[in-house]
Amino acid sequence: MDDLLSEFLTETAESLEVIDSELVRFEQDPNDQETLNAIFRLVHTIKGTCGFLGLPRLEAVAHAGETLLGKFRDRELPVTADAVTLVLEAIDRIKEILQGLEAAGAEPSGHDRPLIARLEAAACGGMESAAPAAHQAATPVKVASKPEPAAPIQSAVLGEPKSREEAEALGIRWDADLGRALRPGEVSLAELEAAFQSAVGPGANLPGVSSAVPAADTGEEEDFARGARSSESAIASQTIRVTVDVLENLMTTVSELVLTRNQLLQMVRQLDDSEFKAPLQRLSNITAELQDAVMKTRMQPIGNAWKKLPRIVRDAAHDLKKKIELRMEGEQTELDRQVLELIKDPLTHMIRNSCDHGLESAADRAAKGKPETGVINLRAYHEGGHIIIQIADDGAGLNTVRIREKIISQGLASHADAMAMTDAQIHRHIFAPGFSTAAQVTNMSGRGVGMDVVRTNVEAIGGTIDLTSAPNRGTTFTIKIPLTLAIVSALIVGARKSRFAVPQSSVVELVRTGKGCQHQVETINNTKVLRLRDRLLPLVELADVLGLGGAAQRGTSFVIVMQAGGQQFGMVVDDVFDTEEIVVKPLSSLLRDLRMLSGATILGDGTVIMIVDPNGVSQNVGALAGDALREEQAAAASAQSQERQSLLLFRAGGPEPKAVPLSLVTRLEEIPVSQIERADGRLVLQYRGKLMPITCAAPDGEIRTEGKQPILVFTQGRKLMGLAVDEIVDIVYERLEFGLTSERPGLLGTAVLKGAATDVLDTAHFLRLADPSWFRDEPAQQAMVRTRALLIDPNPFFRSMLQPLLMAAGYDVEAVEGPEAAQKLIAAGIQFDVMLTDSETEAEVAKLTSADPRLAECPRLVLTNDAPSGAVSAVAKTDRLALIAALDTMMSQQGAAA
Amino acid sequence: MSAAHDNTREYVTLSIGSQTFGVSVTDIQDVFAVHSITPVPLSRPEIAGVLNLRGRIVTAIDARSRLGLAPREDHVRAAMAVGVERNGEAFGLIIDSVGEVLKLASNTFEPNPINLDPRWAVVSRGVHRLKERLLVILDIDRMLDLGQTAQAA
Repeated sequence: MDDLLSEFLTETAESLEVIDSELVRFEQDPNDQETLNAIFRLVHTIKGTCGFLGLPRLEAVAHAGETLLGKFRDRELPVTADAVTLVLEAIDRIKEILQGLEAAGAEPSGHDRPLIARLEAAACGGMESAAPAAHQAATPVKVASKPEPAAPIQSAVLGEPKSREEAEALGIRWDADLGRALRPGEVSLAELEAAFQSAVGPGANLPGVSSAVPAADTGEEEDFARGARSSESAIASQTIRVTVDVLENLMTTVSELVLTRNQLLQMVRQLDDSEFKAPLQRLSNITAELQDAVMKTRMQPIGNAWKKLPRIVRDAAHDLKKKIELRMEGEQTELDRQVLELIKDPLTHMIRNSCDHGLESAADRAAKGKPETGVINLRAYHEGGHIIIQIADDGAGLNTVRIREKIISQGLASHADAMAMTDAQIHRHIFAPGFSTAAQVTNMSGRGVGMDVVRTNVEAIGGTIDLTSAPNRGTTFTIKIPLTLAIVSALIVGARKSRFAVPQSSVVELVRTGKGCQHQVETINNTKVLRLRDRLLPLVELADVLGLGGAAQRGTSFVIVMQAGGQQFGMVVDDVFDTEEIVVKPLSSLLRDLRMLSGATILGDGTVIMIVDPNGVSQNVGALAGDALREEQAAAASAQSQERQSLLLFRAGGPEPKAVPLSLVTRLEEIPVSQIERADGRLVLQYRGKLMPITCAAPDGEIRTEGKQPILVFTQGRKLMGLAVDEIVDIVYERLEFGLTSERPGLLGTAVLKGAATDVLDTAHFLRLADPSWFRDEPAQQAMVRTRALLIDPNPFFRSMLQPLLMAAGYDVEAVEGPEAAQKLIAAGIQFDVMLTDSETEAEVAKLTSADPRLAECPRLVLTNDAPSGAVSAVAKTDRLALIAALDTMMSQQGAAA
Repeated sequence: MSAAHDNTREYVTLSIGSQTFGVSVTDIQDVFAVHSITPVPLSRPEIAGVLNLRGRIVTAIDARSRLGLAPREDHVRAAMAVGVERNGEAFGLIIDSVGEVLKLASNTFEPNPINLDPRWAVVSRGVHRLKERLLVILDIDRMLDLGQTAQAA
């Protein structure tokens, strides 16, 4: 593309953004002559340049817009909302054409005639009473033509003559240069040109200017243009336009320089007394300065991202028939260009949301005794290495009741859970995917892709978003984002044998734990927590989160207290090395879907390490915390209702109902039979990018032959299994009381559910069928020697239920009914690695173990029939996953200690 | 003369396991020895990790794993890699060793035998019949395409 043209495009795009917001300001205060002048100047410049570059469509639209603006300026026309809308429409059209121009390098084809006609009609509308030549008379450049008669106003409305002949027939003058008929009050370009040539005007002082502004039709405008130009040129001499690519390139180079410096520093640090030290220090300082300076070139005021907002609010207010005022504060707050680009859309969306959902209609507000005009306050300020953006409206606040209903109806939480949530917890659900509470889908929002997209975008740039809301006082969203993404300060930590970088911005503090330290990691039902001052901090192990496997080498570890994803949590690492300024390098597309990692960096010694994404990790904690919470609540509920649990009822291979605990099922799917494939003699389904083996719940093992096949999806870690059933019947919440136990594989027993005898399936059996390695999880794999477990339970049902379960999980199990039987086995010389005892027999077993030195060392896991009570590490028998998990952890800790 | 030019292509030979492969010289950027590589947790098994190549982070793909071969056992000699650039991103395909550059005419080329392992068939463009061995021509793009959706769940 022509340099001139591309320059024009950039310049005009900037001007247009300004115009948008200026016009809205102008509409609110029509007497603000200064704003109007600014707008006028901008449109004029656009028009002038268009003419110069030979862009007739643009020029025509700009010209018509300018004419209307001229009337405003000359106070010939009152500034009405309709008129401003019309001007905005013209601006939009200009933008449209510019876009086409940018894409194709030439003006796109299209008809602006109706728009121009309306603009002209609006301009003329005000002229009818005024002297037709008032506009013209103001000109100091005496144009050698008479004012045109104002007669054919209608023709402007009805459409203009298309040809010279037609025009002349109507008595209108035709301009060959413009290729159209002249409008009232217009002179031909040729005449204007002639007038410029002959007149001793301002152009005489500025050679060449007159030809550059061929369409200037009054001297006053000429003055404008000249004034604008002289002030612009003053600025122009101090600024240069550089393409973003150049800056990006510079940034990358500086990043490399920083790395090289770090490398050098590290090398010299190892030398005791080096002559390199002083110059290297200087190099280091200069590099830091250079880095700062380059960073500065990338900084832009956030106001650039806000420019469109007044217009958006205005249009929204117009469409929604509300009165809205947008107040902006801190437009000068600077942040990285890249970040700025990334938050533009989320911000726009949120402002729209505030207009649409946040603020009430004028009538509603009046009824509540609030001022009719709703206010949206947009504020930005720096805080630490972050920029905080607040969007506050003084509207109705979030509708807690409706969100709660929605949470329940969308199945995001159970009824009981939703009722137990605090308002703030409820409110946060608006960030959940696909969540929209808008009663009706409006033009601008309520399409269900709202706040979750905003959250995703904000979190993608390492930011966080939170909200507070009070009924009738309004809602405030707070976005916290880093100033820049390119270079961050990071803590280098060690997990197992690898090093990782953790962005310093999320780190609150470091705590050392383990032997001889003040702080200790404690566990509640297998969940790790840390007592920190007067509260419990949930912990996750970085090695676990990243699936590194293996056990910690030493007794001490570090807890990095982090603030991310709206929560505080501790991340357990084995080592903490150093803090370093790191240059964030994005991961390649093949690795981009790893939520736990946000990028990679090269350390001073040249090794590449991965950068941990605190938000990804926090989601992991959230999932854990959520599980723990649900378990707690489920436990509490079951204590009240004697082991009630949710069971999924279905039919498979017969009319009688069958059941599995709902807690084991991840998802219910209906899959077209055609998608189920056969491979390696079994049924598989391509499910969410993975291959899922499918087993049939029915004994005959047949799936449907046509239509859709209902499938229960079980997941554990990365493993997937689908259980094909004939029909999903119901979900019941009942006490599971086995009337009969079963010897048949795949069946735990029979219980009465909803008045019908129901077979309760042994899920473990089917999981094994689908994937023999299902229960061989890492801890079990590690222990190549099978762990020997002693199960002491007086209840034969539980013995027969738990024994296969434990065996499936990789344990050798001896099940006995009481301490006496246990003693016999021990006396027979069988050694056990772990004991599982029923809570009722626990006291007797304790006596037994304290008497027998062979058992004193043996860890005990206490099992209860109902919710875990006070006993340490007690697990409910019915919760098989928690049981296995608790056992595995117990064994792995045992292994680590030994 | 021009006909001869049109019919010959230059290939770099690589050995992966016991097989010799050929890669069109125009497909690859450079060849380098892999000294240290950082594994990426949770990534797909075919991804060997990331490494630092002159200040750039290169995503390394293990050709053996990609072709369903057993992992390399030679820990004495450093593995080699061919560097490729795709969509502005740097990739490295880790192989056992690099051989020579061959100019091959199209008359020794034929499409994949139909009984070729499907895992190989997708990444092979065809086979050159050399005198003493067969040269499987690798399609680097296909080698790098691990399927974007596989980890989505």
